Amino acid sequence: MPAEPGALSLPGLDVPAAAPRRGWRPPRFPLAVIGLFVAAAMAAPLLGLPDPHAQALRDRFKPPGWQEAGSWKHPLGTDRLGRDLLSRIVWGARVSLAAGVLTVLVASAFGAAVGLTAGYYGGRVDATLMRITDATMSFPVILLALILAVTVGPSFANVVTAIAVILWARYARVIRAQVLTLMQLDFVAQARIAGAGAWRIITRHLLPNTLGTLLVLVTLQIGYVIILEASLSFLGAGIPPPTPAWGSMIAEGRDFVTSAWWVSLFPGLAILLVVLAFNLLGDWLRDTFDPKLRQL
Amino acid sequence: MSRPVVDVRDLHTHLVTRWGTVKAVDGVSFSVGEGETLGLVGESGSGKSMTCLSLLRLVPRPAARILGGQVWLDGEDLLAKSEAEMRKIRGRRIAMILQDPMSSLNPVFSIGMQMREAVALYHGLRGRGLAARAAELLAAVRIPSPAERLRAFPHQLSGGMRQRVVGAMAIAAPPRLLIADEPTTSLDLTIQAQYLGLLEELQERHRLALVFVTHNLGIVARICDRVAVMYAGRIVEMGPVRRLFTRPAHPYSRALLESIPRLGARAARLTAIEGQPPDLARLPAGCAFAPRCPSVMDRCRVETPPETVVEAGHVTRCWLEAPGAGAPAGGRPA
Amino acid sequence: MVRFVVARLLQSLVALAIISVVVFVLARATGDPLYLILPMSASQEDFDNARRYLGLDRPYLEQYLSFVGRAATGDFGMSLRARRPVSELIRERLPNSLKLAAFAMGVSLAMAFPLGVMAAVHKGTGLDRFAQIVSVLGQSLPTFWVAILLVEFVAGRLQWLPAGGIEGFTSYILPGFTLGWFVVAGLMRLLRSGMLEVLDSEYVKLARVKGMGEGRVIWLHALKNALIPVITFAGIYFAILVTTAIVVETVFAWPGLGRLAYEGISSRDFPVIQAVVLTTAAIVAVVNLCVDCLYALIDPRIRYAR
Repeated sequence: MPAEPGALSLPGLDVPAAAPRRGWRPPRFPLAVIGLFVAAAMAAPLLGLPDPHAQALRDRFKPPGWQEAGSWKHPLGTDRLGRDLLSRIVWGARVSLAAGVLTVLVASAFGAAVGLTAGYYGGRVDATLMRITDATMSFPVILLALILAVTVGPSFANVVTAIAVILWARYARVIRAQVLTLMQLDFVAQARIAGAGAWRIITRHLLPNTLGTLLVLVTLQIGYVIILEASLSFLGAGIPPPTPAWGSMIAEGRDFVTSAWWVSLFPGLAILLVVLAFNLLGDWLRDTFDPKLRQL
Repeated sequence: MSRPVVDVRDLHTHLVTRWGTVKAVDGVSFSVGEGETLGLVGESGSGKSMTCLSLLRLVPRPAARILGGQVWLDGEDLLAKSEAEMRKIRGRRIAMILQDPMSSLNPVFSIGMQMREAVALYHGLRGRGLAARAAELLAAVRIPSPAERLRAFPHQLSGGMRQRVVGAMAIAAPPRLLIADEPTTSLDLTIQAQYLGLLEELQERHRLALVFVTHNLGIVARICDRVAVMYAGRIVEMGPVRRLFTRPAHPYSRALLESIPRLGARAARLTAIEGQPPDLARLPAGCAFAPRCPSVMDRCRVETPPETVVEAGHVTRCWLEAPGAGAPAGGRPA
Repeated sequence: MVRFVVARLLQSLVALAIISVVVFVLARATGDPLYLILPMSASQEDFDNARRYLGLDRPYLEQYLSFVGRAATGDFGMSLRARRPVSELIRERLPNSLKLAAFAMGVSLAMAFPLGVMAAVHKGTGLDRFAQIVSVLGQSLPTFWVAILLVEFVAGRLQWLPAGGIEGFTSYILPGFTLGWFVVAGLMRLLRSGMLEVLDSEYVKLARVKGMGEGRVIWLHALKNALIPVITFAGIYFAILVTTAIVVETVFAWPGLGRLAYEGISSRDFPVIQAVVLTTAAIVAVVNLCVDCLYALIDPRIRYAR
């Protein structure tokens, strides 16, 4: 009896045909990383770290603790003005996480509302809303943020606003698509027959069914927003100094990469870790809730 | 009687799932001759579709594996062939029609392209000859205006038409064996009848051996010469259609027949088969049907019944029929 | 099909119109540019004259209409800072950005397709794992950070490639790669999941039943269907590419539109800002239009839907 040839994988028929799976595993790594950063960010004032704003020009450009010239007083080294890098990264986490979460919450709330409305009412309402959504989507986020930064001056609020104002469009599209599918199902018709009004149908029937998608999208987007915020800070249009922000820290270290590589490296690593964790978490959520959302 | 077109002997296909190893096909044997139609009947999960895929060696990998047995097609054992050889056999000597016409055809290619693909593969034609042959095939399955239809896309056709197209592709070679896996289940009743008629016509013209998988006994009565009843991966009864309908030997077959509501019968309730379909990952020792059998005996729960010949051409796996059977617990009609 | 294209064209124009209004308002809101242009010793009268000369004293609506009118003919006015026609500046910079974007897209597609498809076909193997890691990493790395590190190590220490400017083909590699990395990650994951879904479908099963060679099944039958979600996202990814370009152009000193925008914004150069944003939006709109048409070409169900 020759071995089964080929590598053809076909769906099972009456019987589930998956190779044996390990069983449902919560994503420990992402959750741990996110937990660590969130905890550190929230507890920052209590951690006994050196003041992130404290300049000590005699200690400038100290390398990380494990290097010869470094000391464990500054485990990750110091920057151009002698400020402790580890402390600045922890404080920077507050900014980045807050920006990420807040922006995404605002954008998703608004976007979902638009998507639900457009999907439910259809017709002219839908067409108009989608026109606006499309126009919004093609506006480059960074340009808008830059403009705002120059107009009103860079600030946390500006970053959140600039990104949220463009980000909502994505949610609107996705939620609308889902609502359209849901509307085909019978339970909406049932609700109408039973005399339910638009508000009731939207909030009681449609919204709960879109929460799964929303959750996945929100988690996946937090990472993207954190990178955006960092990019803006890097360009000088994000969180203004002296507040430590990972993006501006990288910008500050840019000219000294050859000699003081740690100044740009560690904030970047922090970004990478946090974003990676959120992305992995988002993937896991998506696989758990509805693999059909793979397109997200 | 000449050699059968397809002769399956003791086929075993196992499926590894997260709930355990499922014996999807557990020692199945049957044969079909030229121009003959064998019906394969059973509930979902009985192993009908898996058996068909095993014949083509297209079981879903990596979970499923064909573990043993032989599949003789015109004297050659398919299970001993290489993948490259199997590929030449698929479509050319064995063809299969799947259940759902909506999804059987690739939505992004025209009917013509998919037809020509099949014809080119089997006959090596090109250009005009190719298109002409494709149109001929469509005409053979009674699709009106075949030449125009070639340019259409699947979503522009009705379900019945699509199934005809699939049928046309199936007989393009023409094959020796045609496997039809519940081809009419998603069609309207009136279309069903037409389609069955079409299948019979095609079978006659090309002397096809036809394996018809279904859960609908009415269709079996209409189109099949012989029928095999499957339960939990085994064939529990097999014989001429007439015989099965008038003198079913296995309690499961009997129960299936009884559960069909009859016009004019004055039953207050429909008879259903007691119990649940078996958990294929955890089959009991002995006969798989024992938990639900109205005529169960002690022996049934312990030993698997062997294949017994009830009459020439009619076999079953039931202790009731086995030689030296003890007195049955329930009665059975004479 | 023609009706489809025309309808989409109109939609794009409407979108552009909306953007032009927003841009106009925002550009005006960035503050009075005159403070940057005129020397400190300028008198109030100088201010008024300058204002009149530049047409900044006319009512907003009039300014907007004249802006739109001239924009339609390609005249974006004079750069307040450089004293040159903006259209000239754009004509200089735009091709550089386009070339970089095209390079980045090309590289991304060339990498994403084989990886994505093969990852799906060989699901669960080492290749699949590798692809998934690449994909997740790619979407988690901050572009500018990678850019800086690359400049330092590849251009600085190893001296393999130039660090900036445009000096021939090798200059494209670092910025192009940096720009495209994110897109590769995203596209590859889309392709992989699209292919996984399609490989499970009935028509793929039937293709194998028909006896078709595995290569044809994967690369023709399966892939064409899996392309649909990919194409849907191609437009979005292109827009992201354009957005990210600003950062990349800054780090690599690439003389393109992104840098022009940055310079324009910091010097409050209205005409430049307006022109850049409009051009960018127009490009994105055109690309989206092409993507939609491509989508209709691939999926006949869309074509015949209305």
